[in-house]
Amino acid sequence: MSRLEWQLATVAAVLPETPRVKTFLLNLPSWTPHRAGQHYTLRLTAPDGYQAQRSYSIASAPEQTGQIALTVELIDEGEVSGYLFEGIAPGDQLEVRGPIGGYFVWEATPQAGPLLLVAGGSGVVPLMAMLRHRQRAGVHNPTVLLYSVRTPEDVIYGPELHAMASADSSFTLLLTFTRQAPAGWAGYQRRLDAALLAEVVSRFPTPPQCFICGPNGLVESAATGLVAQGVPAGAIRTERFGPSGS
Amino acid sequence: MQNPFFNRGFQRKRPASTHVLPPGQYETQDFPVLSAGPTPRVATAKWSFGLDGLVTTPQQWSWAEFNALPQQDFTVDIHCVTQWSKFDTRWQGVSLDTLLNLAGPAPEARYVLVHCYGGYTTNLPLADLTGGKAFIGLLYDGNPLPPDHGGPARLVVPHLYFWKSAKWVQRLELLAEDTPGFWERAGYSMYGDPWKEQRYLDDDEDLAAGTR
Repeated sequence: MSRLEWQLATVAAVLPETPRVKTFLLNLPSWTPHRAGQHYTLRLTAPDGYQAQRSYSIASAPEQTGQIALTVELIDEGEVSGYLFEGIAPGDQLEVRGPIGGYFVWEATPQAGPLLLVAGGSGVVPLMAMLRHRQRAGVHNPTVLLYSVRTPEDVIYGPELHAMASADSSFTLLLTFTRQAPAGWAGYQRRLDAALLAEVVSRFPTPPQCFICGPNGLVESAATGLVAQGVPAGAIRTERFGPSGS
Repeated sequence: MQNPFFNRGFQRKRPASTHVLPPGQYETQDFPVLSAGPTPRVATAKWSFGLDGLVTTPQQWSWAEFNALPQQDFTVDIHCVTQWSKFDTRWQGVSLDTLLNLAGPAPEARYVLVHCYGGYTTNLPLADLTGGKAFIGLLYDGNPLPPDHGGPARLVVPHLYFWKSAKWVQRLELLAEDTPGFWERAGYSMYGDPWKEQRYLDDDEDLAAGTR
């Protein structure tokens, strides 16, 4: 593992993704290839020395050298996300260190088996890194992204995901809208319940490797549901945010 | 070391914590859940907990036997490596001193590898489990510990980052050598002192220098 030093990244671009989500494209003076699914820690320092740090998943593929994309959701009262949304423009500098995390990662190899990615809200970010890595590596293992969002305007990376699905028959995008679906929508319009997970798992001839990322409640029900569908617990990797539902 | 860099216009927005926070941490009132895989559901009827390895008398308890051991209340602060800290959490459980006294650690036992239902492991020095510093938590805030927080029983070692406080604990194995567990093999600190901000293996400088 290379040294995890803090480094001063330069903001190359700020890309709005949804009304509450932005991607910050950072040029790194000391870029090291990450593994898809890893994160960076970002540290803000006030003039009086006060510091706050938060971890953000990398959205870009490791094939995109020299820079990383961090996709950030604006959190209510969020000290770090609030500053990033209001105070950061191209050319500004941000202190980061990484890449971090050695378990919630996926490698695009020619031997890669079937892959099921399950996302809730901004939990799609590390899964997007896996999909971009898969695309850049030219791997065509059977892959499904099951992506739960509240409303159409909450879909992060929508155009890119749709383009990926149309260009690659081995990749299927399954959106489910839990609050409001687009007009004329014929797909899923509910939470990730047992029947929905059973349908998705049945698309695979053999149990897929699963990565689930999102709010704890969603991850908990998806992971439990997949185990109930016969996916071995050891084939399910999770990353959660937020408090327990109880 | 003073950091000369600062972010223009950035200032503290959260009210300053009334507690002293370890470096890089913020206070939360929530109890976030983090885990690497599905939540193991362990029925108390099938639960057992053991203490073995370099001990005089290996121990194994059923749920009923374990709950019959002397229990204490603990109010502790917890610090997660993902930057949140939660103060004054209230637990009830069995002190590791009680358990270790029954097993009798061998003189050469210096480290512990914690094994859990679901396959999770973590490592820490034996000295960090003694002297009232650690317990097996059975109740949280007066209620049985929920599965997503590690129930039925969780190791709690509040002075280290919370991934050392293994959920769904099944067995403690006393060893002569420090053996990396699940996150430690994935690049996280072998020790995890929040006050020294030992988050990652690279932060274990005193370990590398052999001074600890």
